[in-house]
Amino acid sequence: MSTEVATPPEDGARPRPSAPRRLLAWMISGNTFTVTVLAFFSALVVGAIIIVLATPSAMTAWHYALVSPGTALSESWDAITNAYGALVSGAVGSRQALSETLVSTTPLLMAGLGVALAFRAGLFNIGGQGQLILGAIGATWVGFSMKGLPIVLHLPLALLAAAVFGGAWAFIPGILKARTGAHEVITSMMLNYVALNLLGWILIQSQFCATNPCTDAISKIVVPGARLPHIAGSNLRVNLGIVLAVAFTFGVAWLLQRSTLGFEFRMIGLNPEASGVAGVNTKRLYVVALTMSGMLVGLAGAFSVLGVDYQVSPVYGGTTGFDAITVAILGHGSPLGVALASLLFGAFVSGGRSMQASTGIPLQLVVVIQAVFVLFVAAPGVIRTIYRIRVRRGAERVFGGWG
Amino acid sequence: MSVAAGPIETASGQLVDPLAGRRRDVAIVLGLLGLAVILLFTRAIPSGVDTTFQLSGGTGIHVPSVTVSAKGATLVLGALCVLLGIGEFLWTSNRHPNLLLGIGIALFTLAFLCWAGKGQEIDSVGLLATSLVEAVPLALGAFSGLLCERAGVINIAIEGEFLVSAFLGAMLASLTHHLWVGLLAGAAAGGVVGLILGVFAIKYRADQIIVGIVLDAFALGLTTFFATSLLNVNQETLNSPGTYLPFAIPGLDKLPIVGPGIFDQNIFVYIVIVLLIALQIGLFHTRWGLRVRAVGEHPRAADTVGIRVNSRRMANVVLGGVVAGIGGASFTIGSVGQFQANMTAGLGFIALAAMIFGGWRPIGAVLAALLFGFCDALQFTVSVLNVPIPPAFLTMIPYLATIVAVAGLVGRVRPPAADGKPYVRE
Repeated sequence: MSTEVATPPEDGARPRPSAPRRLLAWMISGNTFTVTVLAFFSALVVGAIIIVLATPSAMTAWHYALVSPGTALSESWDAITNAYGALVSGAVGSRQALSETLVSTTPLLMAGLGVALAFRAGLFNIGGQGQLILGAIGATWVGFSMKGLPIVLHLPLALLAAAVFGGAWAFIPGILKARTGAHEVITSMMLNYVALNLLGWILIQSQFCATNPCTDAISKIVVPGARLPHIAGSNLRVNLGIVLAVAFTFGVAWLLQRSTLGFEFRMIGLNPEASGVAGVNTKRLYVVALTMSGMLVGLAGAFSVLGVDYQVSPVYGGTTGFDAITVAILGHGSPLGVALASLLFGAFVSGGRSMQASTGIPLQLVVVIQAVFVLFVAAPGVIRTIYRIRVRRGAERVFGGWG
Repeated sequence: MSVAAGPIETASGQLVDPLAGRRRDVAIVLGLLGLAVILLFTRAIPSGVDTTFQLSGGTGIHVPSVTVSAKGATLVLGALCVLLGIGEFLWTSNRHPNLLLGIGIALFTLAFLCWAGKGQEIDSVGLLATSLVEAVPLALGAFSGLLCERAGVINIAIEGEFLVSAFLGAMLASLTHHLWVGLLAGAAAGGVVGLILGVFAIKYRADQIIVGIVLDAFALGLTTFFATSLLNVNQETLNSPGTYLPFAIPGLDKLPIVGPGIFDQNIFVYIVIVLLIALQIGLFHTRWGLRVRAVGEHPRAADTVGIRVNSRRMANVVLGGVVAGIGGASFTIGSVGQFQANMTAGLGFIALAAMIFGGWRPIGAVLAALLFGFCDALQFTVSVLNVPIPPAFLTMIPYLATIVAVAGLVGRVRPPAADGKPYVRE
């Protein structure tokens, strides 16, 4: 996805410019880094406008902007700095905040890795929501139904169940794409809704429901022996999940960069026809890539259940499956990029909650900022036009069309 | 879903009917449906139990209810289905296998109702009316997707267009106390989201699926944000638009069954009917439609004959946004009467599925939307009748049907050839 240019190409006849000059040239050349920074800045500006619109005192001041423009500006500035200040302190301002940031990061990172893995193989896994739900069902089921197992056995079993369930759910679009050419975007999206309904049904079955007879659609509680242990004291929710997620980040990075399978994934991602000619079994790889992607997303569900919630409720996971797509786009499909993006989004969620609590500005502000950010990152041309950055040829594209 | 004009001559001079395999598949499915009816429904019904279908509502020409023997009716319907399958297998000159498949599915549904309503009464009019109401936003969203994709741009932002227009429709109708203002505002808001999609996807050639998904997230975030910070604290002034009342078309509303269902509805149902006719004729029988399809199927060829590909695409994406905007407005000023956070709940994606299931055709999209709406409406009927089928499984039917359709298990649906591919002039 990235079209990094390491060194300025072409004629070696000219003398090399000095280092600061080269740095400057690199920064204004519209590379990925510069575009990302400017996109982030633009998203914060959009967010600031929305904050002002949602702050009554600032809006009142703007009504008298012709009389006293200074008041309007200072009221707006106060509103913006208050909100963003609360956001930052809620994300990194205390041990509690950091713990919440990492807790929000964990499922995003795992699901983001899954979506990114499929991205690299040229596949668009839009079914994260369904795979996450299936993973959560699997982990919960093993987590409450087996009793008396030691944690070293029970926890891995629960994680395995999640990976198997999530993988199986993503196997369906994979096999359909390989066998019939059905586009994975449509099939995996449809499976999201099937999974949501399946979850709704499972939660009211007597084997799964917390109460008997079932009065509330909520699952039984995972026994302590299958939970991810807390890693920073029992009063902070941060748990082993984030450590495992970081380990998976390295694992996926190794897979993509160092293994034969990863090489083949990247091959079919760049050019499936050429890979087929070169003797790669593209169809098999579609199935494998989507299944592995689903396993990672399924584990995201497991990490949420076993680390934080200990039981599943209807519409479990919320928009994590979709946020994972934005995380993967922002991370340009690379594991390290996904890790940084999910950390940022995790901080946004955690900070957004405390912003909502202290300033009354709704949490959804961060969703808007995230969306604008990713929109600009996905269309670098827009940023280059806005900031009049030199245009480089070659649009960055990974996917095209339904089939 | 393309229907060829006749047998195709291959290089070796042999005549090959491109529909032969398709007919065989449809025949097999019809046979299986018929057998399923007999084995699942007929066997499970004790003899001597009747099912009653109420055929008229409170108003209009009174039609007596129809009462049939549940066991006998399902047996006949199942047998008809099997016969249809055999007929399809033998009728080698049939050019419309999908039509027979549609009839087969209808027979299966009737048999299902006979079984589900055994010993009870089924409110046919209510079932139809509810299906139609549920189908309205789906059909408008599907039209929006259709307008974009026929021109070669994937519109996955329908959900976002729905939300933004539902929000603005409710807010402006409340502020001005005119529902028309709300409807226009909704349409305009959808058009603006379409414009953003167009600028990013056509002008800057960003990936269309990514832009669509992100626009959905953007719209969800923005509308939820302002619903919380603005609408919820000013419910009276900003979020009580009222709704369009149904108005009957004199004469037609007195028809049995369909009268109150179709011809005594609010404006959105009529908009769907008008748009259906306009799009079906427009796309396939006018110069405009030919150009749109040319741009979506083979942009280079279209460019060569002087059609401005990207302007045509942009116009269609904005128009699609406007149509989705009308659909979005129907959520607030068409039914609920106020905006609630995430009130579309993924229906924009299901509209996309309806478009795909309907084979990228207006009439197909409406039929698919009706089928999806029917599955939704069936839940109420089934829970009233106390049938031992979890409603969750009924809700799944549209999604599973769409998967089956795109996988080509029962007749492949085919997108426009250049769908999702940006056009760059050489």
